[in-house]
Amino acid sequence: MGEIKLMKGNEAIAEAFIRAGVDGYFGYPITPQSEIIEYLMSEEPHKRTGMVVLQAESEVAAINMVYGAACTGKKTVTTSSSPGVSLMQEGLSYIAGSEVPCVVVNVVRGGPGLGTIQPSQADYFQSTKGGGHGDYHLIVLAPSSVQEMVDFVPWAFDLAYKYRNPVMIQSDGVIGQMMEKVELFEQMPRLTNQEIKDKYDDWALTGRTPGREHNVITSLDLVPERQEKFNHKLEAKYKIIEQTEVKYEKIMCDDADYIFVAYGSSSRICQKSIAIAREQGLKVGLFRPITLYPFPYKEIMEMVPQLKGVLTVEMSLGQMVEDVRLATEFKVPVEHYGRVGGMIPTPEEIVDALKTKIIGG
Amino acid sequence: MAELKLEDIIKEENKVFSKTPLFTDKPLSYCPGCGHGVAHRLVLEVIEEMNITDNVIGVAPVGCSVLSYEFMNIDMAEAAHGRATAMATGIKRVYPEKFVFTYQGDGDLAAIGTGETIHTCNRGENIVIIFINNGIYGMTGGQMAPTTIPAMKTSTSPYGRDTQMMGNPLKMTELVAQLDGTCFVARHAVHTPVLVRKTKKAIRKAFEYQKAKKGTAFVEIVSNCNSGWKLTPLQSIKWLEDNMLPYYNLGTLKEDPLD
Ligand SMILES: Cc1ncc(C[n+]2csc(CCOP(=O)(O)OP(=O)(O)O)c2C)c(N)n1
Ligand code: SF4
Repeated sequence: MGEIKLMKGNEAIAEAFIRAGVDGYFGYPITPQSEIIEYLMSEEPHKRTGMVVLQAESEVAAINMVYGAACTGKKTVTTSSSPGVSLMQEGLSYIAGSEVPCVVVNVVRGGPGLGTIQPSQADYFQSTKGGGHGDYHLIVLAPSSVQEMVDFVPWAFDLAYKYRNPVMIQSDGVIGQMMEKVELFEQMPRLTNQEIKDKYDDWALTGRTPGREHNVITSLDLVPERQEKFNHKLEAKYKIIEQTEVKYEKIMCDDADYIFVAYGSSSRICQKSIAIAREQGLKVGLFRPITLYPFPYKEIMEMVPQLKGVLTVEMSLGQMVEDVRLATEFKVPVEHYGRVGGMIPTPEEIVDALKTKIIGG
Repeated sequence: MAELKLEDIIKEENKVFSKTPLFTDKPLSYCPGCGHGVAHRLVLEVIEEMNITDNVIGVAPVGCSVLSYEFMNIDMAEAAHGRATAMATGIKRVYPEKFVFTYQGDGDLAAIGTGETIHTCNRGENIVIIFINNGIYGMTGGQMAPTTIPAMKTSTSPYGRDTQMMGNPLKMTELVAQLDGTCFVARHAVHTPVLVRKTKKAIRKAFEYQKAKKGTAFVEIVSNCNSGWKLTPLQSIKWLEDNMLPYYNLGTLKEDPLD
């Protein structure tokens, strides 16, 4: 069993970076996630594992530092919150477009604009539908506990390298700031330069190894026929991801007439709502997408025959609800309930919304 | 007199010049007369002479030299417009034993990438920055650059750069020479054989500074863009000498001790 600690979500994920054998972290402070870089700086990971931590001059610089470092095959990560992640979109498009693996964490706060420093889930569209320009996807993981902030780090890197694709851990201000008991995994070794060459010399910038062609990381191809072919190659990769990497959790769904669909901190609140609803005789369950991209369309569809209605709960004006409606093909009523501006829904409010929007509606 | 045969001439001992093998066989995409090709050659020759081919990682910009990775037979990344030094920072930080350089135009380095350039130099990232200043945006068809000199005509300053309206040219090299993080800052040119040799020496020196871990080494090359300037290659060289060089003086601006 690993070390057990009481930690804030932000600190826990920072510790997980060090333990996952990350080579480089590049970031710029922004609330509600500045504890991540503060924790890293105070832990001096260069002494613990040799990991590099650098405070960049902006999120634009940070994501491009990540891009550079990740080009070499080294494990690289950045973290930010919504306004900062907006600045990273160009970089993410390049990273996806040149098939470079890296991990980006968004501890979402409310927008638009400077919005609020309070929690939100209103970056769902940005995270799951591209965000930057061009046809691409991030793989998006949504932790709902401090434990998952930790456990998703090695998983995110596995996916990033398996598909050579940027992976986003989309958290929110609630999970970043809350303290919970967490079990930390054992320290994983950082790969040596030789191990990186052995594993990734077919694409990574390691210095042109004698005997091989030069490696180039680029997202550019001016020949339309070739660029189209590349776009289709990405499409095929996303198809495989959609077929194999969907993760979700179902709570009390077996006998459910109604389900909440919620991820991240909203899904935690919904668990309380289920208990309240069931006390009142309503058979309610929770479907929690763990991967937001790939989205569990099929798995939600499979539930439709047993359902009388679906309420999506998200701290937004209704973003994921569009995917849930697609998943259910409008065969059951699907409505959205959310609080915005940094407000967090209460379990009771959610049950009321189920009654007024779905059951009574 | 015996007739000279070609096979008698093509002999190792008669060879006075050969293309560095670090050039790929791809034909350069630059306009005939453009300085980019010479600047590429110098960088590659220095890498060859220092015997660091398997130990160097370059970063290409967005600009006419966006495809430099197709011509340079070394591991290279192609950055987003202006972000080359941020990328190079990332590479160098996780791979301090590699030689890392960027190759950037003036729009890339001194307009959209100004922030990254200054902060990279100010942190003293241990990299080499090669800065091609041709006073114009070559790739996008000859628009005004931050380095366009007063009264110079471009497609977005068709009546000449009016500094009242369009602001003043940015002397980036003077600016970065002020920063504590830079160890070697120089401005050179490549339009005459003598200047080419001087530029090569400066590039070599810049890489030696990196080897000695002294901080950021910055070499500006004042170059021509005959197409963007709408001149013949020869006219463009004359124009460069008459107009660019009085504004952008050649020489070494900063030189920390190397040992
Ligand atoms: C974000 C972004 N904005 C604008 C462009 C268009 N663009 C491409 S190259 C360039 C300027 C290039 O000029 P310079 O850096 O001076 O290089 P040169 O072509 O003269 O060598 C511009 C504006 C782009 N590619 N990306
Ligand atoms: S447009 Fe100008 S900078 Fe670009 S290749 Fe032609 S001459 Fe060189």
